[in-house]
Amino acid sequence: MSSELIFGLYIFVLATFVGYQVISRVPPLLHTPLMSGTNAISGISLVGSLVAAGAEHNHISTILGFVAVTAATINVVGGFMITDRMLRMFRRRGPREGAAGTGGEK
Amino acid sequence: MTPVLSLAYLVASVLFILCLRGLSSPESARRGIVLGELGMFIAVVATLLHKEIISYTWIIAGVGLGSAIGTAISLRIPMTKMPERIALSHCFGGLATALVGVSEYIHTEGHVSRLTTGALGFETFFGFLTFTGSIMAFGKLQGIITGAPVTYKGQNFINIGLFLGSLGMLVYQIIVPAQPNLFYATGGIGFALGVLAVLPIGGADMPVVISLLNSYAGLAASATGFAIGSNILIISGALDGSSGLLLSLLMSKAMNRSFTNVLFGAFGTAIEPSAAPAGGAVAYNEATVDDAAGVLRAAQNVIVVPGYGMAVSQAQHAVRDLAASLQKRGVEVKYAIHPVAGRMPGHMNVLLAEANVPYDELYDLDNINDDFPRTDAVIVVGANDVVNPAAKKDPASPIYGMPVFNVEQSRSIIVLKRSMNPGFSGVENELFFLPNTMMVLGDAKKTLLAFVAALKDGH
Repeated sequence: MSSELIFGLYIFVLATFVGYQVISRVPPLLHTPLMSGTNAISGISLVGSLVAAGAEHNHISTILGFVAVTAATINVVGGFMITDRMLRMFRRRGPREGAAGTGGEK
Repeated sequence: MTPVLSLAYLVASVLFILCLRGLSSPESARRGIVLGELGMFIAVVATLLHKEIISYTWIIAGVGLGSAIGTAISLRIPMTKMPERIALSHCFGGLATALVGVSEYIHTEGHVSRLTTGALGFETFFGFLTFTGSIMAFGKLQGIITGAPVTYKGQNFINIGLFLGSLGMLVYQIIVPAQPNLFYATGGIGFALGVLAVLPIGGADMPVVISLLNSYAGLAASATGFAIGSNILIISGALDGSSGLLLSLLMSKAMNRSFTNVLFGAFGTAIEPSAAPAGGAVAYNEATVDDAAGVLRAAQNVIVVPGYGMAVSQAQHAVRDLAASLQKRGVEVKYAIHPVAGRMPGHMNVLLAEANVPYDELYDLDNINDDFPRTDAVIVVGANDVVNPAAKKDPASPIYGMPVFNVEQSRSIIVLKRSMNPGFSGVENELFFLPNTMMVLGDAKKTLLAFVAALKDGH
């Protein structure tokens, strides 16, 4: 096995553990924003598509790269925007609503 | 890779982890997203300075087009359509990784190391699988393709055979590299398998499927990282993959079913209508709005159990209006949220947040199940399986063992339902036939607004 593969596997396995630990702390309340957030992050495959679209290897590679850049950008831009749009909606019971909640609520 | 680029990627990776870390509470979540965006910005700018990139024409065109489409989708899509949006984004993610794989293979003409061959094959296979699988999931959610499971004889045999076959082809390519035909064939099988594998999965199982596709998209992105030697792709793919895996495990657990059962079980086929209330032979109490409003008027505490039906009839704002008018009368209102209510993890939470329901009124299964015996009235808004007592006592039921809300223990139950037809799963729900259950049939949103009006009139 090449050292490159071993090195990559180290990173993959450790990142999976970190991911698992960090994500198990996300409450069910935020599972949808979590999904769209990780989706935006995995749009980092944009980095690979940028090279494919800009390296001018040949026409087919460039066109495939262009489509890949478009698809990945949709995820990055759209993913972060919609995650933020969702998160803006989550709120605690504010003072405005406090007036309505008298009956034994904490 | 230059040291500057590597360091930029390292910083971006750390920012991505901090972004996910922020999601552990609603207060820190938005700050987390800003860190994620910053990480993405750093990674993209650093890549653009890469010496391999010669022409920026196609990059600018792609980024411009992608940004326009991404912005348009994000701003316009209603919250009830979030599962569809997530399915679409997995579809784009899968497509992007698959095309990078194909593009890389074309320009190297397959003359690459064994590691790269394997990684490219894996990436392309999972990329196309995620792409078509997500289109299918999208189609099922949208109702373009029937939400019911589509099954035929030997289906599992074909799907498992194709999967193992393509794994074999991948391994063979690693042993004997530079076989373009085999490479494209593997990608083609991934393409077909995405369609075939999602066909037999029913609408109610979508939370697991969407989570699993999330995980596949992550794996494909990680494989891209191995193929082009990019650590940030390996890391981000691993984060995405573990998130999807964790969510699918949680969802399966919330249905008390194994992965294999969800993927190959074809829920809803050949189910014997279980035990007692076969075909509506037992009478149910159909109640009018006034009857139900009378119960609500007398209640001291109310629990709302929302389900997919709330999303379908876009009733979240009406739910909130009813809760507000009850709270004005001094009634305590709580919401019981089941992990698999709706079509994706957290679906109900987002809808209620959109309707301005404060999140401290939302309760998980474990935090609310003991409250039902002390509750005067439960309002079930378009939920079915998650309130089915058969899950607790009927071993013959397909949902037996699934953790459910003990709604039947409360004093009275008001069920809002479109009609008396059992849902996709075809499972009868005896809750609907209990003496303390009132069935109010019709559109949930209209019924809820009628409740609000009735509460205003009667004092």
